[in-house]
Amino acid sequence: MKKVLIKGNEAIAEAAIQAGCKMFFGYPITPSTEIVEYLAKHLPKAGGTVLQGEDEVASIYMCYGAAATGTRVMTATSSPGFSLKQEGISYLAAAELPVVIVNVNRAGPGLGGLGPAQSDYFQCTKGGGHGDYRLIVLAPSKSQELYDFTMEAFDLADKYRNPVLILADGFLGQMMEPVEIKKRQAVSLPEQDWIVDGCRGREKRKIVSYALSNEVGEAHCLKWQAKYEDITAHEQRWEEFQAEDADYLLVGYGTCGRIAKSVVLHARKQGIKLGLIRPITLWPFPEKAFASYKNKIKGIVTVELNAGQMIEDVKLAVECKMPVFLYSRQGGMMPGEQEILKFTAQVFAWPVAEEVIADGKNI
Amino acid sequence: MEKIFKRTTGLTGVPFHYCPGCTHGIIHRIIGEVLEELNIIEETIGIAPVGCAGFCLDMFSCDFVGAAHGRAQAVATGVKRSLPEKMVFTYQGDGDMTAIGMSHAIHVAARGEKITSIMVNNAVFGMTGGQMAPTTLGGQITTTSPYGRDCVLTGAPIDLPKTIATLHGAVYVASVSVDCPKNIFAAKKAIKRAFQVQQLGLGFSLVSVLSTCPTNWGLSPVDSLTWLQEKMLPIYQMGELKVPEGVQLL
Amino acid sequence: MPKVVVLGEYCKSCGLCVNVCPNHVLAIGDKANLKGYYPVVVTDDTKCISCAMCAIVCPDVALEVFRKKRS
Repeated sequence: MKKVLIKGNEAIAEAAIQAGCKMFFGYPITPSTEIVEYLAKHLPKAGGTVLQGEDEVASIYMCYGAAATGTRVMTATSSPGFSLKQEGISYLAAAELPVVIVNVNRAGPGLGGLGPAQSDYFQCTKGGGHGDYRLIVLAPSKSQELYDFTMEAFDLADKYRNPVLILADGFLGQMMEPVEIKKRQAVSLPEQDWIVDGCRGREKRKIVSYALSNEVGEAHCLKWQAKYEDITAHEQRWEEFQAEDADYLLVGYGTCGRIAKSVVLHARKQGIKLGLIRPITLWPFPEKAFASYKNKIKGIVTVELNAGQMIEDVKLAVECKMPVFLYSRQGGMMPGEQEILKFTAQVFAWPVAEEVIADGKNI
Repeated sequence: MEKIFKRTTGLTGVPFHYCPGCTHGIIHRIIGEVLEELNIIEETIGIAPVGCAGFCLDMFSCDFVGAAHGRAQAVATGVKRSLPEKMVFTYQGDGDMTAIGMSHAIHVAARGEKITSIMVNNAVFGMTGGQMAPTTLGGQITTTSPYGRDCVLTGAPIDLPKTIATLHGAVYVASVSVDCPKNIFAAKKAIKRAFQVQQLGLGFSLVSVLSTCPTNWGLSPVDSLTWLQEKMLPIYQMGELKVPEGVQLL
Repeated sequence: MPKVVVLGEYCKSCGLCVNVCPNHVLAIGDKANLKGYYPVVVTDDTKCISCAMCAIVCPDVALEVFRKKRS
């Protein structure tokens, strides 16, 4: 199939159109604005509607309304806007409404910066909004994945009646790579016998997120947790790169996942058995990926664009059985391959560390 | 003998949970009657607020979606844009719409969203125990204005329908009351016209209904009606504030 | 057959109907319903003119009104 050279944000937008998204509610915020702009141009041609809400809060609740009618709907934002949406996301999870949300993570906290960051990891995977809910979080690391994961996100949202989050970053959203524009695949999905579209020919329905008694409240919570257990059992995804015979592992997602691949290649050239586990779902965190490694790996370095967030899930996944270090850059800065390799060589006292660092040409 | 008054099919018959004498119930009833008389129960999706009416979803016979506090009009936008041929209305208190929901109140009117909003104005945040709201009257004692609302410190009550009527997309705006039978009839007529305007696809319609809150006003149900008549009616511009031109209204 | 029927389990004894009735047909009763409210009772049905103002102002839709069929 033909490939087109497009920006990461535009790949997300085109995937939404191909996936049958019919409503988009959003607000401009750098570095995600191209998503709403591309959709404003192209979604109406595909029979959809783009409405720029008065703010991020309005946008997420417009999504709530559209999702309640069974319509495929998406919103996109960046970190400060994602913060604004948290109450709405909590409501979406409680009302079990399928919505695809995109967060193009930028540097924070506060107004922060426009550069790439992974500092929203906790916010995306541990809550962000109030209450015990979970979002399925997909972390693409290249434009084709921005496209593929967005397309699949709509099916996952419908399959589980849950909001799904695409967590990109300011680098991925802006870069241009060739992307194959795949068509939507037919997937078997549950019947939408809960949607609210006027009660002609049936009993009236309602969509709510409150519980009038503590007993009912607990029953709701247990129902949601059972769903999250189901998702955890079936939807963990990751990529392993040269990990089967590895003595040491890098763990990184998104942009860090792709940089880490190069680090692995450099280390292997030097004879170091380094491998990579690249989480693709950040929630459910791919604990299964570490199952076969946690008893033989000598050490792990997580590569993150934050002060150390995913590292906690990695430590839990390997039950702290070996040292886990963090290599991080923040504020929009990205690490180069040399600095990650240098750090990793130092913490694990690899014998080739001096050579690697001294001769820049070999790297 | 013929029965000349019975519960409308627009209501399910689930007992109302409101305080004795609270006029939410009258407003529910006239909305239900309008839905029945226009034969749109099965085409209608209501959006419930957070407030005393947060549980009204069970009282109306049509489909309903519960929104977060203040966000009913944003939710309604999402519903109506997805199902443009259905009737969509929001039912909100004055705190819900004019405090936390004010941004959406302005923008649905500015955009001319083809929805109908009913605001029930009792000059307080009722559900949470009677705190001051943007519509609280000057000098009115509430739990967060225990010495009476000081307009110098906190501003004067907002006349929302008057404000909304200035926006292009708002095509029918009425300010009504349910304090006596005559006004109840006028309120029902305004609500019917508001839904009619939506049926015709003309734009946004708002009906603001003055309502009592005996519990938080500390008055009997009958005295609450008197307080509404003496204190609230004089300060609001009442009646139909904006009607679409060239349209034969019901 | 009475002209005003009180649906006792809906009534919350708020008194709005008692207050509005032009002929003072209604009064708060003395028998509690299941919720502990004292539903309104019809004191003299002959005085009722089936104007239905009571039902119009009732916030709980607790009243039904009947009228002699017109010939």
